[in-house]
Amino acid sequence: MAEKLVIIGAGMASGRLLESLLEADAARYDITLFGAEPRGNYNRILLSPVLAGEQTFPDIITHDAPWYQAHGITCRFNEPVVKIDRKARRIISAGGATDYDKLVIATGSASFFIPVVGNDLPGVIGFRDMDDVEVMLGAAEKGGNAVIIGGGLLGLEAAAALHKQGMAVTVVHLMGHLMERQLDAAAGYLLQKELEARGIRVITKAQTNAILGEGHVEAVLLDGDITLKADLVVMAAGIRPETRLAVESGLHTERGIVVDDALHTSDPHIYALGECVEHDGVVYGLVAPLFDMAGVLAKTLLDEVAAFKAPVVSTKLKVTGVDLFSVGDFGVGEGREEIVFRDPGYGIYKRLILRDNRIIGIVMYGDTQDSGWYFDKLKSGEDISDIRETLIFGPACQGGAAQDPLAMVAAMPDSAEICGCNGICKGAIVEAVQAGATDLGALKAVTKASASCGSCAGLVEQVLAATLGDAFEAPAKAGICGCTDHSHEDIRRVIKSRSLESIPAVMQEMGWKTSCGCHICRPALNYYLICEYPLDYVDDAQSRFVNERNHANIQKDGTYSVVPRMWGGMTTPQELRAIADAAEKYNVPTIHVTGGQRIDLLGVEREDLPSMWADLNAAGLVSGHAYSKGLRTVKTCVGTDHCRFGTQDSTGLGIKLEKMLWGSWTPHKVKLAVSGCPRNCAEATCKDLGVICVESGYQVSVAGAAGMELKQTEALATVETEAEVMELAAAFIQLYRESAAYLDRPYKWVAKVGLDWVIEQVVDKLETRKALVERFELSQSVYRKDPWAEQARPEYKPQKWAVLADLTLEAAE
Amino acid sequence: MSDWIDIAPLERIPQRGARVIKTAHGCVAIFRTVDDKVFAIDDRCPHKNGPLSEGIVHGRSVTCPLHNWVISLETGMAQGADEGAVNTYEIKVENGRILLDASRLKAQSAA
Repeated sequence: MAEKLVIIGAGMASGRLLESLLEADAARYDITLFGAEPRGNYNRILLSPVLAGEQTFPDIITHDAPWYQAHGITCRFNEPVVKIDRKARRIISAGGATDYDKLVIATGSASFFIPVVGNDLPGVIGFRDMDDVEVMLGAAEKGGNAVIIGGGLLGLEAAAALHKQGMAVTVVHLMGHLMERQLDAAAGYLLQKELEARGIRVITKAQTNAILGEGHVEAVLLDGDITLKADLVVMAAGIRPETRLAVESGLHTERGIVVDDALHTSDPHIYALGECVEHDGVVYGLVAPLFDMAGVLAKTLLDEVAAFKAPVVSTKLKVTGVDLFSVGDFGVGEGREEIVFRDPGYGIYKRLILRDNRIIGIVMYGDTQDSGWYFDKLKSGEDISDIRETLIFGPACQGGAAQDPLAMVAAMPDSAEICGCNGICKGAIVEAVQAGATDLGALKAVTKASASCGSCAGLVEQVLAATLGDAFEAPAKAGICGCTDHSHEDIRRVIKSRSLESIPAVMQEMGWKTSCGCHICRPALNYYLICEYPLDYVDDAQSRFVNERNHANIQKDGTYSVVPRMWGGMTTPQELRAIADAAEKYNVPTIHVTGGQRIDLLGVEREDLPSMWADLNAAGLVSGHAYSKGLRTVKTCVGTDHCRFGTQDSTGLGIKLEKMLWGSWTPHKVKLAVSGCPRNCAEATCKDLGVICVESGYQVSVAGAAGMELKQTEALATVETEAEVMELAAAFIQLYRESAAYLDRPYKWVAKVGLDWVIEQVVDKLETRKALVERFELSQSVYRKDPWAEQARPEYKPQKWAVLADLTLEAAE
Repeated sequence: MSDWIDIAPLERIPQRGARVIKTAHGCVAIFRTVDDKVFAIDDRCPHKNGPLSEGIVHGRSVTCPLHNWVISLETGMAQGADEGAVNTYEIKVENGRILLDASRLKAQSAA
């Protein structure tokens, strides 16, 4: 019978332990996982991006319910363990007693609440888990003032995120400069300047004396009688290992639970790992060593010999737009020398601390590109006397010309660390490549390299390329145009991960080769930014193709076509009369009935557009977006209203879908159809999304095509209610909006990402679906409106529609 | 001989955009680049007469909205593999106002 393994704590360390253990031997243990939080393992490092609104909670889940189920793990979430009975080898929780053969304590750490009056007021919280993030987001919604106590890594990430969420943020820091454990005073100053430039107030050397408030926090009182208004106080003055259970059960505990190299505690049946342990006098708070521990403990639990060794850990701050790196020892001391480089104009500061011609400390601010190169030298203890003169200028200055990145990667030793989060070195990646993992996705799955924060993905790919040599096929990742070597996918990812909020910012940060792009990249960037920041990004008309700038479809002779929307293909005598009147008034030479069930007025002069729109608006007609990368039409049949075969109200559903989706910008045009019965008169099975009504409900299918290619739709789901159809449609369109390359129709996008994945996101994962719908609605709160009404406003005439000057008279003189 | 005509204030043209002026022999597109340089060329693509004023402006070029020919604003020449050219006109900005040299326009209409 399998041995009973009980794990207390469902954090990152235990998540990684489960993976390592199950991968090596899935059958040995019968595992029960206790967690005090009401959710399973997630990537706690990425709570800051969630707080900043750059990612959502589902994005950072590392193990979901199906995973636990598939691996036979009994989950007891939301159930804190209250006691360990070592004698009887059982633990006690709300659900009673649970026996164990082996016990792993992974209780992590808790925020250290500085001992002042009022530190238990509502509104005073730590920053450790998703609950804290939810409280903070709730507070941020109301705006107001946030005070962060502690200007370390966590405190600054919280400060930047809350500031981004619209709160007025003050950071209160006890020491003389920010992040004093990782930065020296100069870099701390640059960081403070950067944060202040963004509008975050920083007070250093600030002793907090009390937290004031009645029933809820209202203010923070500092030494010197400085009072700061506060609607939210975040305690980020440090963490302490969560050792209460261990202490109460009599395990040897100092600052943390004391473990040996194999991660045994003082009880032979109990092990511990993560932030709650103390190894060799050291307590760890960064993820890389915790993952190392997980690997060691998995082996220990399988009776293999393994030993945890204290690693050198480096620090990066996850605040968008701030580049800093620090590692090692950077104090001033005897026998130490330093090399410093400053460029105040660019806010760049680099400092290397040397002892015996070896790098022992690195602090970099503003430009951290070469951090990996220095870090390798620090870890290897290489004698740098030969290159000392040019050392501070980085690898590019060693031996003249800048090195080809591939050659640099090829020259790295196997022990060079590539993925800092997971502690994956080059050797492990090379091995995996040789064992058959020949693309980034496979490498990620096999080695975990680039699977956590993702910032090393480029480097991992370079290792892949260097290992495969000629056999390496760059994964169809040619640049989107001559202005850049980046792919659409890269660009979308970087816009998100680095919160780039304008076209110039993307071009700057991603190294565009042209000063302002071209007709290929600019519309793509403009779309990606609209999609990513629906509320804040201001549409750049000059980066729009003419049709979307002029809200009409340009024809070969420079005239335009005008197509009013006919919701679900329905119209009225009044509408038809208004269309006929407009056609006569503006001398429309051609009137055509389109395949999307509406009327196209062709041959309209540019200068007539705004007045024609105003006339059509007056009759209740709005833009049909017959020119946009956006929702075009929802074609319907008359369904149960008239048809003797109709099973549902296909017309009504089509109109509802169109009213929900219209105005949204998408990577390419989107067409829908709803047929009232399987005879499919609305031709729903060659649309981007089609609905076929049946007696029992609605068959929703997606990714059809009837243009240059012909492709039948594939089943997404069959549902029973109109409401579910609406939800699926919104979620599908939003997923397409968020992840497709610009100018890929849905069928092309689905072919790239896989229908299974789309179904998982849109149909299976209810929370993901809900989040997609919410993000779609948020975007639509801005874009669900008639562009014609706006463009027809009188002030647009002199600005846009009229000629700039008429010289016909003067030139004729 | 130059014959400078005051057209309009510079800000009436968006950066990376264009506006059109009507002349006796057709429309001329006035472009304003991202660094506030102005250019004037015929508003007819040498390919199929597309309105260049409606194209996307990038660097010192514009892409025709009809078939993506790229035309140099400085020389009026089609770029890349395409061949053809449009007329260019002398233009400048003084005290925030756009001035166009009409001598060439007049010469053309007289011809």
